Amino acid sequence: MDLLNAFIAVLNYVIVPATAYGAQLALGALGVTLIYGILRFSNFAHGDTMAFGTGLTILVTWGLQAMGISFGPLPTALLALPFGIALTALFVLGTDRVVYRYYRKVRAAPVYITMVSVGVMFVMNGLTRVLIGVDEIRFADGERFLISAREFKTITGLAEPLAIRSTQAITLVTAGLVVWALFWFLAKTRTGKSMRAYSDNEDLALLSGIDPNKVVMVTWIIAAALATIAGTLYGLDKSFKAFNYFQLLLPIFAAAIVGGLGNPLGAIAGGFVIAYSEVAVTYAWKKVAMYLVPGWEPEGLLQLLSTEYKFAVSFAILIIVLLFKPTGLFKGKSV
Amino acid sequence: MSTHQPGAAKGGKWRAPALFGALAVLFILEGTVSNAMFSGHWDNALGILRVGLISAILALGINIQWGYAGLFNAGVVGFLALGGLAPVLVAMPPTEGAFEAGGWSILFAFAVAIVTLVIAVALHQKMTGKARGWVVAAVLVLGFFSYRALFDPAVEAIQAINPAATGYLGGLSLPTLISWPVGMVLAAGAAWIVGKTALGLRSDYLSIATLGIGEIIVAILKNEEWLARGVLNVNGIPRPWPVPYETDLQQDPAFMERMANLGTDPMVGSTVLVKLLYVALFVGVLAMLMWAAQLALNSPWGRMMRAIRDNEVAASAMGKNVTGRHLQIFILGCSVLGLAGAMMISLDGQMTPSSYNPLRYTFLIWVMVIVGGSGNNWGAVLGGLLIWFVWIKAGEWGPLMMDLLATGLGDGAVKEHLLDAAPHMRLVIMGVILLLVLRFSPRGLLPER
Repeated sequence: MDLLNAFIAVLNYVIVPATAYGAQLALGALGVTLIYGILRFSNFAHGDTMAFGTGLTILVTWGLQAMGISFGPLPTALLALPFGIALTALFVLGTDRVVYRYYRKVRAAPVYITMVSVGVMFVMNGLTRVLIGVDEIRFADGERFLISAREFKTITGLAEPLAIRSTQAITLVTAGLVVWALFWFLAKTRTGKSMRAYSDNEDLALLSGIDPNKVVMVTWIIAAALATIAGTLYGLDKSFKAFNYFQLLLPIFAAAIVGGLGNPLGAIAGGFVIAYSEVAVTYAWKKVAMYLVPGWEPEGLLQLLSTEYKFAVSFAILIIVLLFKPTGLFKGKSV
Repeated sequence: MSTHQPGAAKGGKWRAPALFGALAVLFILEGTVSNAMFSGHWDNALGILRVGLISAILALGINIQWGYAGLFNAGVVGFLALGGLAPVLVAMPPTEGAFEAGGWSILFAFAVAIVTLVIAVALHQKMTGKARGWVVAAVLVLGFFSYRALFDPAVEAIQAINPAATGYLGGLSLPTLISWPVGMVLAAGAAWIVGKTALGLRSDYLSIATLGIGEIIVAILKNEEWLARGVLNVNGIPRPWPVPYETDLQQDPAFMERMANLGTDPMVGSTVLVKLLYVALFVGVLAMLMWAAQLALNSPWGRMMRAIRDNEVAASAMGKNVTGRHLQIFILGCSVLGLAGAMMISLDGQMTPSSYNPLRYTFLIWVMVIVGGSGNNWGAVLGGLLIWFVWIKAGEWGPLMMDLLATGLGDGAVKEHLLDAAPHMRLVIMGVILLLVLRFSPRGLLPER
């Protein structure tokens, strides 16, 4: 029984939240890695693209709620998501037209375009603040729990509760669908194939008649969609605060590099590696240890690092990967 | 840095003096003219100038990294914050009994951590075969737990000492000026760790690793209460020599007499005098740095750096150690950032870790360097002063402009929202300035010669 309780505690406090968080990071890292693979720069504006897209989605959600439209047991934000994606994609395509296109034409160095993305980051950060403010916003509605702690306890009779929030389930289902659609698109459609060709060898792709403008446009649209979805799922699961999204940049980049920059499969693996390590290292293992070793009461919390240092975990993993396997777990690009 | 290189900047050798002259006019207007745009108080003008000078030093540090070597440091805020720790550790009085309670144990815990890392690295290099990974991991785990066993009780003991007022180790009660070189050393140490791992790999790895170390240093300062009281802040850090306190001046009969002779209000006189002394001190530091940076830039070493920046492959074919030079310049630049951080905390007189915002302290500095002219030290200084002035004033002008725009709207939720949002417009303004300069004048106001 104690073994089961320990397992449920790990499931409840580590595996379930880390899986949802990992899926959100993976979606963010996919966007970063796609832009790196095809446009060949590290996009510092990605965190703020997520915030911007989520802000728009929240505004549309409020509009829908004001009109009395709801999505039954699911959060209204899911209905608003397509609008958020479309608006964000339009904005991002605008930045490409006004800003990035010129640097592709003159073939500027990647680090220079990264600097340009800092300018875009400033603009998007400011616009998000103007649009929706700097306060914390909770916008999840609908059913709160898939399995609530009390239900679980009465059904199983265990001492440890297991709660699965509906936002966590929605995150996993949505992320699964998005990833499936993305890989299908990259593997099966003509545009997806030309994107992969362009990423592998730009000159050869251009030689075989691939339209670079179309590839770039589709990449931006997909990146905007991934950023908005990742941001909205993160916001539903936790809460929306513009500055937190800026801070997500570090774990997202770490996930993309750990998996191998430019490699979509690696980005997903990296997202989960970062998320599981982050949660496992900052979780207080005292309760689990007490179940596993009967009669032992540890003095401390058995917490390796306090939660404030969760970013240190992604940083440490990043450093370890840079030291031992600079191209990432899956082979990434080396530009 | 860009492949797009326009012809020589207009104005020739008079360009720099003219631009600095225009900047001086801006500050004089701020000090004398009172209207919607300028405050008309010398107090304000000198206040902006003080922090502007620190910004100029920060921009100089970044220019050393970006302009000389093309390294993108996205963690300025971290090195700045680490430098800011120095005045706390050097100038504050030591907390009674804190060192006996836990200071030595903490130092011992750090020693254990360092020895563990050294052993792990040595084992990793010496051993071969399958057992290596497990042995190294075992050493690290064992080392970590012994570190925590020493560290945790020591921290508790220190934080238990009068937690409302101290609860931290305190400093060494030395003059604040000594903390400035100490800040340089602290920042340089962190830079060595980051540079050693992230340099020599792909160019953007450094930017991402510095982004991480920036976040982590600020997180450490926020949470390690035994070190600098975390978010409880350390107040009352002594001012650097020769800056006096206003209240002391007002009680000094000689000063009061001089003010009476000048016909100045002693309140205003004392604040202006204090600010002037700060400005003089900071100008002195900036002048020394500029002298050293200009010498370095024009020396064979500086030419080698620019050669590496412009063509790494050719430079390494000439036998230059590119990664080693990059590490050197990264550490140098970061130590300048640490100096600026120590100066800023000495100026504020308090350590408030929650105020270290990456947008304000990392990316705004980048705008200064790019606008001023990357690769040109004078450009970095000009950019630092100018952008800081615009940043401060944009915070005041934004709401005024919004007010003007919103007058037609009538009172209501929309107007209120716009007025609330106005202070954030300056982020958008800075982004647009950065994008415009990068696009149309990539060499900045004062281009590299």
